[in-house]
Amino acid sequence: MTRVESFVRFIWDFVVGDDWRIAVGVVLALAVTAVLAGSIAAWWVLPVAVAGLLAFSVWRAADHP
Amino acid sequence: MSGPQVGLAVSVFLACTVEAVEALTIVLAVGVTRSWRSTFIGVGGAVVALAVLTAALGPALTSLPINTLRVVVGGLLLVFGLQWLRKAILRASGFKKLHDEDQIYTDELAAAEGAGAVGPGFDPYSFTVSFKGVFLEGLEVIFIVLTFGANQHDIGLAAVAAGVAVLAVVLAGTAVHAPLARVPENTMKFGVGVMLTSFGLFWGAEGAGAHWPGNDAILAGIIPGTLVFALALVAMLKRRAPGGATEIRETEAVGA
Repeated sequence: MTRVESFVRFIWDFVVGDDWRIAVGVVLALAVTAVLAGSIAAWWVLPVAVAGLLAFSVWRAADHP
Repeated sequence: MSGPQVGLAVSVFLACTVEAVEALTIVLAVGVTRSWRSTFIGVGGAVVALAVLTAALGPALTSLPINTLRVVVGGLLLVFGLQWLRKAILRASGFKKLHDEDQIYTDELAAAEGAGAVGPGFDPYSFTVSFKGVFLEGLEVIFIVLTFGANQHDIGLAAVAAGVAVLAVVLAGTAVHAPLARVPENTMKFGVGVMLTSFGLFWGAEGAGAHWPGNDAILAGIIPGTLVFALALVAMLKRRAPGGATEIRETEAVGA
């Protein structure tokens, strides 16, 4: 593994961590919030998404230890 | 202090304490076994590198427009906080091993003893291991200090909270001259995960253009709400746990 590959791998592990789905889900939830915020009260989107992501992630980890 | 400032100080203090305990274990092991002088040079080098990183990234973050800053910082805090919370939930429910500082210390001692003879001068092994240990553990703290501090426009308060935590751990480590194995690391990590996730929710939604009912006061609902939800997940997972949560011990040397 080259130094560049090692660095990219380190950054990925540091920011994204064990479950990339959480990072993708957070980005999508922020995007949906931004889209909806122009027309309706959208403050609830992020908490609902985060609760779902966290529950899904720990359940999946428990099923695939 | 305002509510968000208290949250900032508590989050940084807890996160910094946990990371400092883990770094102390590595520093003690390599210092006792090999060369204190080279170990301290490694620690000093890592602290300087972390300070330079903070000085370079801090102004860049604080110069961003407020909504951009909030959505970026909120998103990063959420991703980072959910990582901490996910691991803490899995550890508390028995699906992931708990940190065992005594075992990590023993492993580090054995590795240091097996790394060849210590010469009379500078010891590269002591320097490298202590630098890497302190720098990697410190990176997470710097990340939290910068994101919380920049958003609150109070990097100074975050830095003070981090400094107090490091000082407390160093004094405790000097007093007992052993790894701080009795610090409730997972409980503290649970707390940090709850705080990072809660502030990430608040700032992320605001940065994306949403308006919370009650403005800042909603944090008094988001933080306990996140805590209760995480504890409920622990309770549900415990029913499915293969063994007792406290029976499994982790021996990884570096990392949350």
